[in-house]
Parts: sequence; structure tokens; C-alpha cells
Amino acid sequence: MSDDKACHPAGGDKEAASSEDNGGPHGGDDRAGWLKALHAAYRRRERSIGAAVLSVQLLLLAAFVLLWEAAGRLKWIDPLLFSYPTKIAAQLASSSADGTLWPHVGVTVAETAAGFVLGTLIGTALAALLWWFPFVSKVFDPYLVVFNSLPKVALGPIFIVAMGQGFLSILSVTLSMTVIVTTIGIYNRFRDSEPGLVKVVRLLGGTRLQLFRLVILPASFPVIISTLKVNVGLAWVGVIVGEFLVAKEGLGYLIIYGFQVFNFTLVLSTLVVIAATATLMYQGVALLEKKLVSGGREPS
Amino acid sequence: MDDKSPMLELRGVSHVYVGRKGASLAVDRMELAVGHGEFISLVGPSGCGKTTVLSLLAGLFPPAAGQVLLGGKPVTGPSAKVGYMLQQDCLLPWRTIRDNAGLGLDIAGRRAAAERNRVEMLLEEVGLAGTEGKYPGELSGGMRQRVALTRTLAPEPDVLLLDEPFSALDMHIKMQLEDLVQATLRKLGKTAVLVTHDLAEAAAMSDRVVVLGRNPGRIRKEIAVPEAIRRLAPTEARKHPSFQALFDALWVELNAGEREGGSHE
Repeated sequence: MSDDKACHPAGGDKEAASSEDNGGPHGGDDRAGWLKALHAAYRRRERSIGAAVLSVQLLLLAAFVLLWEAAGRLKWIDPLLFSYPTKIAAQLASSSADGTLWPHVGVTVAETAAGFVLGTLIGTALAALLWWFPFVSKVFDPYLVVFNSLPKVALGPIFIVAMGQGFLSILSVTLSMTVIVTTIGIYNRFRDSEPGLVKVVRLLGGTRLQLFRLVILPASFPVIISTLKVNVGLAWVGVIVGEFLVAKEGLGYLIIYGFQVFNFTLVLSTLVVIAATATLMYQGVALLEKKLVSGGREPS
Repeated sequence: MDDKSPMLELRGVSHVYVGRKGASLAVDRMELAVGHGEFISLVGPSGCGKTTVLSLLAGLFPPAAGQVLLGGKPVTGPSAKVGYMLQQDCLLPWRTIRDNAGLGLDIAGRRAAAERNRVEMLLEEVGLAGTEGKYPGELSGGMRQRVALTRTLAPEPDVLLLDEPFSALDMHIKMQLEDLVQATLRKLGKTAVLVTHDLAEAAAMSDRVVVLGRNPGRIRKEIAVPEAIRRLAPTEARKHPSFQALFDALWVELNAGEREGGSHE
């Protein structure tokens, strides 16, 4: 039966550690010391590669900032359009010191967090619905494909008319971007759960609910968490676009405002804030993933 | 055999697989009875319906015609009375060994302390003491299949269906497990049906070997294992002087079945 083969085969053991040919042990009595030396050499190599990568990264960043600064000050590029780092830093320093920046950051972070958390939850719930009712999934399959390929941002104006200028419209734009892609990804994972594990639960007399709870959902957990990470990125797009369209505060609004008053230093400084906050948020979710997915799981 | 009625029975059972391309007869008018505490093996060429018969006995799907009886009553679906062991261990990687072994009890809602103790004792009996808190990824293939055996035995089934559970294992681990499974089933007085394509395994473990033919799947011949071999553990049985004759008899039957089946295609 091909479906049983999907489980990991009952044979096979731990892989052997690869050997290093560093001349071998001397005398043969100090095996422990020899292994320790090999390990230390390996760690040193690892560390030196890590240090090299980090220094090149920092060097690239410094070169970029310096080049930008020089290009702006020496008028190689139009400083009105492209600004330069010290101007941006000054802008950020003053707006964070007088407190005008923080409400915008707060609003956008709240909208984005609501967007990716709700998007993932609703998407997972819809995926569960499709899994539970195969008939429904067959019926909705073409609609999902169409809706998924539609550029959802185009729905923005409709949301504004329907829900007014504000939080709800922005959230709707964000959800329209995250929910369908989440539903499709997680439903596919649900459906592709290992047939052998499914068979075991069926043979033990499990109900469909038990099958979902004991196999389908836990097996898909890593995919759900990685979808959450993808949705962080999508939610940022949704929120910024939503703010472009309707908002009176938020980082997207700051960008549009800066553009309207031709203050590109404000536009670029906002971009820097967005890059920093989005990275922090992504790292936060990655940390959550590490905590939740660790345990006895095999590395797959 | 002290009980009169058979534990498992197939009465005129036929099974048909229906797909887009048509319907194919996998099992045709099969009659089979397995007594209480008996251990039988089903062997045969691929496509003879061995696994179909096992699935029917497990109640995974109903037969297209005929009756499947367990303890004299028709089988309506998977039940706690029938345990099933697959070729792969199919342990849930996110559950500990203890929780994997107790999966059947969890599903049946049997959470009493006595049940839990029995799982621990079973784990100890199959040589897995001390691994209860580990995860399947930390165990070798042979150990994982022992966990699968414990999972199958924990809900205390009357009947065990073994679907090539040793075929993915290395030779010496396979033989160890054959001994362990046979000894455990004998001690607990379970009825067992083993599907295998290893004739020596069938001959060494069973009381009776049923050779199937294909196109459609049916019983070609039943060969009883001599008492002298039956009494021995599988590893010992393989060394018995009359073992080779039994193996040869099975070999002849299987070859004849393969030739016949081939001409139908």
C-alpha cells in the first residue's frame, strides 16, 4: 500500500559523525583529548567565518550610508528628493524627542499586528472548514483561485465606501491580502497530512474531530507558524496601502503627507522607521516560532 | 481449539475497487475462518488482495458482497477489539513514547490510572523501559516498531492484524521482533492474522499459512504448520529439520499461483 510508505520507514539509524583526518591520535590513549581538540578547531573555524560575515555586512552598511551622505552633500543627487542620512537622523531625533512620531508608530503597529494575527486565525479557521467539508472545498476551489490571483489592493475603494475612513477599512484591506493565501496554504497542508498517521487514528476508532485534533492540526502547526511570519510582511503592505488611502495617522499617512508637502526627508525617515519596526516584529514572531515548535519534533 | 465458533470469519466475501477507469474485482468469494488464539499468515503474489482482506477484517470499508464476522457478529467499522499494525511505525513525532503508546486509549477516552500503568508495563515488556519520556525521533527503527506494537496492544484487542510489520527492518531486528510478537501474542492468547511476502516468516510464526492466488484474489491452498515447528519461537523454528520441507511446499504453491495469475493479464 503506497499510503503506508508516507510514514518514515521503520529502518535506519542515527547518522555517523563525519570523521576528520587530522593525523589521528597520538599513542591512542588520549582519545578524549583528541576529540576535544577536533571540536575546538571546528568551533574556531565556525566563529571566524561568522565574524567575517558580520564585518563585511557592517562594512557594506557603512559604505552605503557614507556614499549617500557624500552624494547628498556634494549635490551628486538632488538632496531635496533623496535627502541624506544626517538630515534623516536629525528629523527622527526631533520627531521622537517632541513625541510626534510615536502615535503614528503605535497606530500602524496595532493595525499590522491585528492584521496578521486575525488573518492567520481566520485563514486557519476557513482551512479547517474546507477540510471538514470536502464538498465545500470542491465547490469553492475555483473561487479561491480567482480571488487569490486578484490584486486585493484594488478592493480598497470598496472597503472605504462600505466601512468608512478608518481602522476598519485598513483592517479589511489587510485581511483581504492575508486571509485567502493563508487559507489555501494551510488547507493544502491539512489535506497532505501523512496518510499513515491518518490511517492509524482511523484504525484506533478515532472520530473526524479526534483525527483533526490529534494529527491534522499538530502536524500543520509548523506551517501555521511560518504562515504567520509570511503574513507579517503581507500585513505591512496592506496597512501601509490602507493608510495611503484613508488614514489621518500612522506611518503610511506620514509618507503620503511628506509627499504632499514635498518633505522627502520625512518620507525617507518614515521608511527607516517602517524597516526597523517590521524587522522587530518579524524577529518577534520568529522567536515565538522557535519557542512553540521546539520540543521532541524531529528536524524535518 | 476449545471454542467452537471461529474468532474471525469471511463468508463468501468479494471486494471490488471502483474508480474512474472501471471496477476491478480484488477479492472473489473468499471463505476463511480463524479460531480463537490461532495465528495465521496470508501469503501470495502482489495483487492477490492480502491487504484488502486485512482492511476488510479491520472494518476500514465494508465488503462489496458477503459477510465479515468478528466473534460471530458482523464487522461494521474499526473497533477496539481489533488491533492493526502497519509496515511503518507511524508514530506521532510530537508525542512522547508514553503518549504514542497510549494513543488508542486516549481516542477511546480511557484515561484511568490503571490503563496508564498497563501502558508502562507493556512498554517494559517489549524492552522499552526508560524511553517513556523520549520522542520517536530519538529511537531506532526497531524500537519505534516496538512502540507501535505497544500502541496496538494497549487497548487490549482480541485480534491482531499484522500488515507486514517487519518488512522494513534489518534482518536481526526483524527476527528479534518476530520472536517478541509471537511470544507476546501467545502469552496474551490473542488471535492474529499476518500478511507478509516473506515465506520463511510466515512458516516460522504461524499455525497455518493461507496461500492466495490473484486475478481475482482467492484462496489457493491452506497449509497447516506441523506441531513440532509451531511450538518453537520463530528463530528456533527456522533451524528445525522439517522447516525446509514446509518452506518448499509454500514456495511451490506460491510459484504456481504466480504463473496462473500472470496468464490472466
